[in-house]
Amino acid sequence: MRSFTLIDFVSLFAALRWTVALVVLALAFGAPLALAFATGRISRFAGLRWTMAACIQIVQSVPLLGLLFFFYFGMPMFLGIQVPALVAVTVAYTLYTAAFLGEIWRGGLEAVKQAQWEAGSCLGLSAWQQFRHIIAAQALRLSLPPTVGFLVQLIKGTSLASILGFVELARAGQVVSAATFQPLLTYALVAAIYFALCLPLTLWSRSLEARLDGSR
Amino acid sequence: MNFLPLWRYQNQLIDGAIVTLELTVIAALAGLLIGVAGAVALNGRITPLRWLVRGYIELFRNTPSLIQIFIVFFVLPNFGLKLPAFEAAAVALSLYFGAYSVEIIRAGLDSVPKNQIEAGQCLGLSGWQVFRHILLPPALRNAYPAVTSQFVLLLLGTSLASQVAADELFHVAGFIESRTYRSFEVYAVICVVYFTMAMSFKALFAIIGLAAFRWPRRR
Repeated sequence: MRSFTLIDFVSLFAALRWTVALVVLALAFGAPLALAFATGRISRFAGLRWTMAACIQIVQSVPLLGLLFFFYFGMPMFLGIQVPALVAVTVAYTLYTAAFLGEIWRGGLEAVKQAQWEAGSCLGLSAWQQFRHIIAAQALRLSLPPTVGFLVQLIKGTSLASILGFVELARAGQVVSAATFQPLLTYALVAAIYFALCLPLTLWSRSLEARLDGSR
Repeated sequence: MNFLPLWRYQNQLIDGAIVTLELTVIAALAGLLIGVAGAVALNGRITPLRWLVRGYIELFRNTPSLIQIFIVFFVLPNFGLKLPAFEAAAVALSLYFGAYSVEIIRAGLDSVPKNQIEAGQCLGLSGWQVFRHILLPPALRNAYPAVTSQFVLLLLGTSLASQVAADELFHVAGFIESRTYRSFEVYAVICVVYFTMAMSFKALFAIIGLAAFRWPRRR
């Protein structure tokens, strides 16, 4: 047993690297997939719509912890080779991000009235031009606040990677707490760091919501 | 892949699923109580109380549920309050669900236009009658989808209780894994069980919603 020192404090902040890295990876791979999900869900082809909907339902109906374990133990089985844990975790967070962001973005796309598409085609725009210049532009405005809100969920969700041994913020907290026997100080600090990361995003999301009011 | 060794653990799986459901229902009921009380306080006139509720909401919505469970389980004993794993998880998840419920219920109440309430008062309805006949039905209908989807997220979130060894479904999975060494198979089965429970609740809530509100109703 030893006392809580500056080194423990620093190690918590150093562990933030992994929290940030996991968020960045989840967004880098998850966001493009989310766009595919969102556009697939409003596609003209019923088969594609149903497949996308089923994928999203499955991911949203399983705990994130379950997804992480499924791919952590499953990746070597699917691929037949041992992969680094980071790969498995990235796949799990990517799907998680894609499913939730996909639904948020679909909501934004569907909130744009059908007449807007028709107006675009009356102007002689191609389907892609209608999507790009009329629909996506308005959907972006509607989807931005909940997208920022989801970032908070994602940051909080990276705490689960601690269970698979990633020394991110939550895991660093466990390590420091076990070494110093100061759970109160340690977890209060960990919570404060998460809070300092998430609160600005929450407030930003709220101000965006007020500013980009969809009813205008 | 070999799922056969898992077959003899079906009783543990069922027990784990029951504990998961218990945890979910307890946290949901306690959280909804907190939600109603918090929404009333937020609409009330006592400024310090409003700040207190605001602070509670922001604190619990902007920190991970896992850390909240750790704090209740590992930190409260420092203050002489040692809770067993299940109780600790129930307390932490109730507070987490409560923080989201306050906002959902408040938004539901706010969604009713003020002039409708005034119209009711003009008709000579009592405060209770205004609440019961004018405020409550649309508020319930508007809050219902958010409450139910939050409930499903809570059901999935109870898996975090496994990290303080509450004997719910995910913890049972760890136990079976340690006995059979069939890691992938165990967690695949667990995912299917959670999926089935979540989908059943979604279907149930959709049916209740259709029956109660003929939802979605076009205005």
